Amino acid sequence: MCLAIPARVVELLPALRAVVDLAGVRKEVSIDLVDDAQVGDYVIIHVGYAIGKIDPEEAERTLALFAELAQSEEAQP
Amino acid sequence: MKYIDEFRDGDGARHIAANIAAEVRPDMAYNFMEFCRGHTHAISRYGIADMLPANVRMIHGPGCPVCVLPIGRVDLAIRLALEQGVMLCTYGDTMRVPASDSLSLIKAKARGADIRMVYSASDALKLAEQNPDREVVFFAIGFETTTPPTALVIRDAAARAVKNFSVLCCHVLTPSAITHILESAEVRQLGTVPIDGFIGPAHVSIIIGSQPYEHFAEEYRKPVVITGFEPLDVMQGILMLVRQVNAGQAVVENEFSRVVTRDGNLAAQNLVSQVFELRESFEWRGLGEVPYSALKIRPAFAAWDAERKFDLHYASVPDHKQCECGAILRGVKRPQDCKLFGTVCTPESPMGSCMVSNEGACAAHYSYGRFRDIAVVAA
Amino acid sequence: MTMTTKKNYLRPIDFKHGRVDMTHGAGGRAAAQLVDELFARAFDNDYLRQGHDGALLPFPTGGRLVMATDGHVIAPLFFPGGDIGCLSVHGTVNDVAMSGAKPLYLAASFILEEGFALADLKRIVESMAAAAREAGVPIVTGDTKVVEKGKGDGVFISTTGVGVAPDGLCINGRQARAGDVILVSGTIGEHGVAVMSLRESLEFETAIESDTAALHTLVQTMLQALPDPTTLHVLRDPTRGGLATTLNEIATQSKVGMTIEEALIPVLPQVEAACELLGLDPLYVANEGKLIAICAPEVADQLLAAMRAHPLGRGAQRIGTVTQDSHCFVQMHTRFGGRRVVDWLSGEQLPRIC
Repeated sequence: MCLAIPARVVELLPALRAVVDLAGVRKEVSIDLVDDAQVGDYVIIHVGYAIGKIDPEEAERTLALFAELAQSEEAQP
Repeated sequence: MKYIDEFRDGDGARHIAANIAAEVRPDMAYNFMEFCRGHTHAISRYGIADMLPANVRMIHGPGCPVCVLPIGRVDLAIRLALEQGVMLCTYGDTMRVPASDSLSLIKAKARGADIRMVYSASDALKLAEQNPDREVVFFAIGFETTTPPTALVIRDAAARAVKNFSVLCCHVLTPSAITHILESAEVRQLGTVPIDGFIGPAHVSIIIGSQPYEHFAEEYRKPVVITGFEPLDVMQGILMLVRQVNAGQAVVENEFSRVVTRDGNLAAQNLVSQVFELRESFEWRGLGEVPYSALKIRPAFAAWDAERKFDLHYASVPDHKQCECGAILRGVKRPQDCKLFGTVCTPESPMGSCMVSNEGACAAHYSYGRFRDIAVVAA
Repeated sequence: MTMTTKKNYLRPIDFKHGRVDMTHGAGGRAAAQLVDELFARAFDNDYLRQGHDGALLPFPTGGRLVMATDGHVIAPLFFPGGDIGCLSVHGTVNDVAMSGAKPLYLAASFILEEGFALADLKRIVESMAAAAREAGVPIVTGDTKVVEKGKGDGVFISTTGVGVAPDGLCINGRQARAGDVILVSGTIGEHGVAVMSLRESLEFETAIESDTAALHTLVQTMLQALPDPTTLHVLRDPTRGGLATTLNEIATQSKVGMTIEEALIPVLPQVEAACELLGLDPLYVANEGKLIAICAPEVADQLLAAMRAHPLGRGAQRIGTVTQDSHCFVQMHTRFGGRRVVDWLSGEQLPRIC
């Protein structure tokens, strides 16, 4: 539902704000809800606020899942 | 764009589509409801429906805060702007929702109301601080994803003692809406809307975690797969639902594990419970009164509650007699079943919110899908 | 506007700190001075120097007269890559050029708001003058009026252009035929994104600049590259409403359908990113320096090569074909091999939360 986009934190600012970068477009956002965000982290931005962080390992795992072969009928529990 | 492009890869999508086709049982029908309008939008925009086998049907759910916003609430906002002269700040999504007296926020603006479109709740607070002589009201809509930003803004307004700022709170809750659908006659008794599983909301789940959905899986025996918004996520989510149905399972799975955890964003949840409390009941367009499905501002922050400040009383306003938004939101009817669709009701002149919001089922069908209703001969 | 000879004024206009006031539109000495010291000086050419209410202009024999007009009410007035001034020149030059015509002359009328800073007006007028000079299309006549404070948005500019289209050309929105090829002259969405980046409450930093440009020399290059110029059927610049809306307009006028390939539509990564951030679709974002060309299939490769050889057409791409379709749908093959309809823009594209 909610339009939210992953962007990279490139600069931390005072008062729990940060500058994020998405393919060269920069925006200042609030990191009040993800206050442990660090430069280099990817956060999900929604209406000017970071609401969550991407776990790079989980992302890789998900991509690997996509590439798996179809399960055959017999293998199902 | 990292974490976006790789989840939109065409070859990857075709691979998952092949998996789905290989794993569906030809004698079974699979009906999945995607709750979130964002998923509906992704399915339309990327033509995912074209890549699914014929026995997999996607039902569009009511997960669009604009679509479920009743006329009466928009009326409150319009009246505040037109009659009380407040500076009414709103997200772009609500600007064109048709309300009473042939008005909408954008039409009220043409009549002289000071309506400001904002991208973020904090912009509304900024406007209040920049215009101390004006009353500024933020029209807060949205599900759990959008609620924490509103909570932050109210907290900041209180901390900075900004007296001319208040919030008209219309935040709604996802689990209650899902329960309501599952409890509805069409689903529970009549079986006219068969739902075999749910594609669970992505960004709402970042905030509330995957835990709240475990209840649906257990109580109603419906699998839920929390799924990201990119097209590969959606396809993988559908595949995971197919597998659960085939195996007779009904558990909560998390496809969007790169951001969603079981507990969710606790800081955001705490903040929300500090500022908001549950309303006993709230009218949802198309679903009627739904208990414990929406939020109101706690007494501690009463000074920033527009409903208290301006002594507002909600009056329910019925939809146009022939508008089928309600039935469409519940998945009971399709846009093409509505008599007004495409003739009286179009994106230019929307009669109901399903047509206004970009992701409303009717708008999506009009923009993306209606050509399938008519045979198109390509040269 | 009538010019009086200079040196009747007590002191020169203060362009640094001065503001437009009601006398500047009243037709008297103050108005004349503004014309003299600003407009005439910036736009200076033989025709303007005639000093009549209307300009007496030579016109080539043969060919057909093409005329176009446009009002410019853009806000903000200054944006990355341009301003309302050069935009108003490019916009009308392009409108004339889209018939295959060579633009010859421009007229410009200004509605100024009382209180508007003369420094900003000077900047705009000089930008217009530069754009007109670069395009080789002089501004030969014009007008200035002033409205009271609150009744204008700083400045509104209206430009009208005339040009000549050679006989034998037939380029208009009704000429697209099934089998034709659809070309676009470069990347889309930059102007809209550049302007949005300044709108209050949407602020984001980007190096994206408006693509505003005069396209008439590109059009001439394209026509010259074709042995038979009647093989070029449609030219149109996708301004408000973007590529999608313009294709729909042409489809409806020509009573055809279209199929375009998403993977072939050129979009800069930063434009894509900005659109993602705001929930916009680049297909619907305005362009001010691009054109769509629809031509007979046998000349498509030639036309594309000619476009790419011109500085304003380097990014030209073939994006689709015209089809037979009584519903006049514009369909798009998505990167996935799925199909979707690309509809008209309804209302204004507003950034979304959801």
